[in-house]
Amino acid sequence: MQKVYTKIESIVGNVISVKADGVRSGDLAEVTTSTGKSYANVIKLDGDLVSLQVFSGARGISTGDSVRFLGVPMRVSFSDNLLGRVFDGAGKPRDNGPVLEDNMIPIGGPSVNPARRIVPKNMIRTGIPMIDVFNTLVESQKLPIFSISGEPYNQLLARIAMQAEVDIIVLGGMGLKYDDYLFFRDTLNTSGALSRTVMFIHTAADPTVECTLVPDLSLAVAEQFALQGKKVLVLLTDMTNYADALKEMAITMDQVPSNRGYPGDLYSQLAARYEKAVDFEGAGSVTILGVTTMPGDDVTHPVPDNTGYITEGQYYLKHGHIEPFGSLSRLKQNVNKDTRDDHRALMDGMIKLYSAYKDSLEKKSMGFLMSDWDEKLLKYGEMFEKQLMDLSVNIPLEEALDTGWKILSECFLPEETLLKSDLISKYWPK
Amino acid sequence: MDYKTGRVAGVNGNLVKVKFDETVIKNEVGYILVGEEKLKGEVIRITGEVADLQIYEDTSGIKVGDEVRFTGEMLSVELGPGLLTQVFDGLQNPLPQLAEKCGFFLQRGVYLDPIPNNEWEFTPCVKKGDEVAAGDAIGSVQELLFTHKIMVPFTLPGFWTVESIVEKGKYAARDTVAVIVNDRGEKKELSMIITQPVKVPIKCYEERVRPDEPMVTKIRLIDTFLPVAKGGTYCIPGPFGAGKTVLQHLTSKNADVDIVIIAACGERAGEVVETLKEFPELIDPKTGRSLMERTIIICNTSSMPVAAREASVYTAVTMAEYYRNMGLDVLLLADSTSRWAQAMREMSGRLEEIPGDEAFPAYLESRIAEFYERAGKVRLRDGSYGSVTIGGTVSPAGGNFEEPVTQATLKVVGAFHGLSRERSDARKYPAIDPLDSWSTYEGVINKKDVDYAYSFVRHGSEVGQMMKVVGEEGTTLEDYIVYQKGEFVDSCYFQQNSFDPVDATVTIERQQHVFSVLLDILSSDYQLKDKKDARNFFNQLRQRFLDWNGTPENTPEYEKGEKEIRTFFEERKR
Repeated sequence: MQKVYTKIESIVGNVISVKADGVRSGDLAEVTTSTGKSYANVIKLDGDLVSLQVFSGARGISTGDSVRFLGVPMRVSFSDNLLGRVFDGAGKPRDNGPVLEDNMIPIGGPSVNPARRIVPKNMIRTGIPMIDVFNTLVESQKLPIFSISGEPYNQLLARIAMQAEVDIIVLGGMGLKYDDYLFFRDTLNTSGALSRTVMFIHTAADPTVECTLVPDLSLAVAEQFALQGKKVLVLLTDMTNYADALKEMAITMDQVPSNRGYPGDLYSQLAARYEKAVDFEGAGSVTILGVTTMPGDDVTHPVPDNTGYITEGQYYLKHGHIEPFGSLSRLKQNVNKDTRDDHRALMDGMIKLYSAYKDSLEKKSMGFLMSDWDEKLLKYGEMFEKQLMDLSVNIPLEEALDTGWKILSECFLPEETLLKSDLISKYWPK
Repeated sequence: MDYKTGRVAGVNGNLVKVKFDETVIKNEVGYILVGEEKLKGEVIRITGEVADLQIYEDTSGIKVGDEVRFTGEMLSVELGPGLLTQVFDGLQNPLPQLAEKCGFFLQRGVYLDPIPNNEWEFTPCVKKGDEVAAGDAIGSVQELLFTHKIMVPFTLPGFWTVESIVEKGKYAARDTVAVIVNDRGEKKELSMIITQPVKVPIKCYEERVRPDEPMVTKIRLIDTFLPVAKGGTYCIPGPFGAGKTVLQHLTSKNADVDIVIIAACGERAGEVVETLKEFPELIDPKTGRSLMERTIIICNTSSMPVAAREASVYTAVTMAEYYRNMGLDVLLLADSTSRWAQAMREMSGRLEEIPGDEAFPAYLESRIAEFYERAGKVRLRDGSYGSVTIGGTVSPAGGNFEEPVTQATLKVVGAFHGLSRERSDARKYPAIDPLDSWSTYEGVINKKDVDYAYSFVRHGSEVGQMMKVVGEEGTTLEDYIVYQKGEFVDSCYFQQNSFDPVDATVTIERQQHVFSVLLDILSSDYQLKDKKDARNFFNQLRQRFLDWNGTPENTPEYEKGEKEIRTFFEERKR
């Protein structure tokens, strides 16, 4: 029975309400207006009053427009036909391809039973030394890139997507500038990665409600691919726009805000998405790499703050490179013991020296006299930044480690590096 | 089963309005029937003929008019032999069994028996005609390492007479082992499993006593300087990445208690997995058995339903009290209480209550206090002692301790181990800030000596601050030595090398011994020419001390190391 209701009782923000019976919480409805059709989902039931959130926004809806309940929750089609396609936040094609309607799967499904999770153990190679050597990305990890507007985070994301050894890439764009969307599409296209990519793109000009659906759509699809045994990398950019969309909707629905206007359940909402990262025993995996722009470069802002409590580390992208301090991959120790025997020691040693370089740099800028040791450190820091930190550097892990040894040998005596003697005798360039 | 009914009248997130047909009890459990599924919820508010239920599951698919069944019972857990080694969700659903049944995902509306109906060798300790009351033992079984007392349900009022009790022998956990009757002729059949409402503390003891015995964690900074007592409470606030979970994880491994209950409340699932995979492999040095045998894990991670997260800490503390009443020392680690508080905030928002600070409900403080007050050391009716120690992590927004959850927690705990971003960034482990943190419990080392050592750290840090402004040149040699001594305490005693097998865990005896050497070093005056000399002297002393920290006890090297240190600093003594 699909009854059509033609009396809309109220329109507030993006939420409309109608009087209807037998409607289930979370169900999808179709609203037909003079300008076209839009989906809406049921967010609240109170007696026979049903509140719906209209995906395309309530602008232009007349009190006499019709609402038809579809009797199913929000779903997305899942099949290999998704590959190479681009959809919007409501799951409709954004490219010129056909509408997909076979094998519909629900979005925002239940979470994985912790008892069935396994300890992540596979490294994802990216060719970026600051990631591979210093903060290794691990399969099934959830990791945000903390950045500020203007930094090349989308470029970084696109590069990781192209180079990472994964089977499927799902790109969820939220509040993207149209140019950025084109950038992603063209970059993936030229590199040939488009044929293994699915994109759900919400641009800044699209309705807010659709922004909040993008992570769920992306992750539902990713999860299905993973269950089929695929290694999936999900890229979500930018999660701050997602949080802002949640905020906007919560405020228009008169929810009591908690911190800087964000809803009290921001943590749970973000966690429900990020926790979809998983390694299925005997099947594939979902790895999530997100972008969280920090308004005002403030890490204590509610979005990066809550994110940091959820994710397994973070990469700070600042001044065009991944910062060695503050960046952290909590899972790196699961994998960097099995790469090469000098990996851990070199990682720690080089960071300690780089931190000493920063101290020398500060001393220098304050006009203090530079000692021999300071001069060595200054040379080292410069080489480190150029040969390892620069984002244009693109070398495999082993080569990056060798480069590390080369830099050390050009700047210091072996005993000055505080590295163990056996490693030095094995790797120190002669 | 007997139940009262109602009909769904509205849905808002996980809050469901139900029009009830007869009567309804506040906090009773109700089930909403959605197709084949039964969704569990708790009555949290009643207005007129409408009851508000907080649903512990995802509420999509519920429609107005769906049937609701009220059980008449408050949210409860099952207590009995077989709890140890298990992994439950916040509502005591056993997760491994659930995985066997439902696969990778947590299917909603599936509730399994928390305690398997295994056979146990039951030994009665009462006989027909004996008088018993709530909390009295009627017998016992051997659960792994512990004598597990089978007790009269804690909620039974008044006195009862044993009408019958089984002989010693093997019985299944759910078999009736005794029948008791009261003076009004009411009969109760008792099995080894009892149910207990989670939000009602288990009393049934003689008296609460002052927590006076230290709970050893084998972390020097805690045991010596910031001790926690058995039956005490402490909190670990800290920004993300400061090592809260790592600290709790290590405490759960090393703490000198009988049973550890880990409540993973709204945190990452991956961290629980580490515990799950690691603990069965680890051997408890005290007992020689797997660590898992003394552990229960309550796991309601961040992506699991929020309302069940709120219940999970109560589920955990109820189990802790149960084992306490057998005369055992139980440690409950809750990670993180902020997520629990946020769950309350979400619910309060849905109820449209007037919000307090940062939108937390006005009753936040009293709920936190109530929870921590369930810790304590008690003298039981048989004269033995049991304790529940609660350690909770707090995840303050932005790492700022001036927020409602941290502040409300600080008011009610006995020790505060504040983690600092600065120390964790500098890779100092443990990252507990030694100057901001405090403890009101007595430790294993004389308070006077501890304060003496502390004075160097405090004074040294002041000198260090000043030196940043005036430079080394502007500091007197005397102050500089105090500064070096303070740094020495920090690097040689506060910090531990968690990767070093010896230094990672330090016994109390060793702590006492090492501390006495440290005191001798601090209390001596040295012949030092200038600051460079002082720096060199302390650097060399530190190197020797750190090496000594990594040497196993009761070996010739250990004694040699100590001797070297003593000769080294005594030579320079004034």
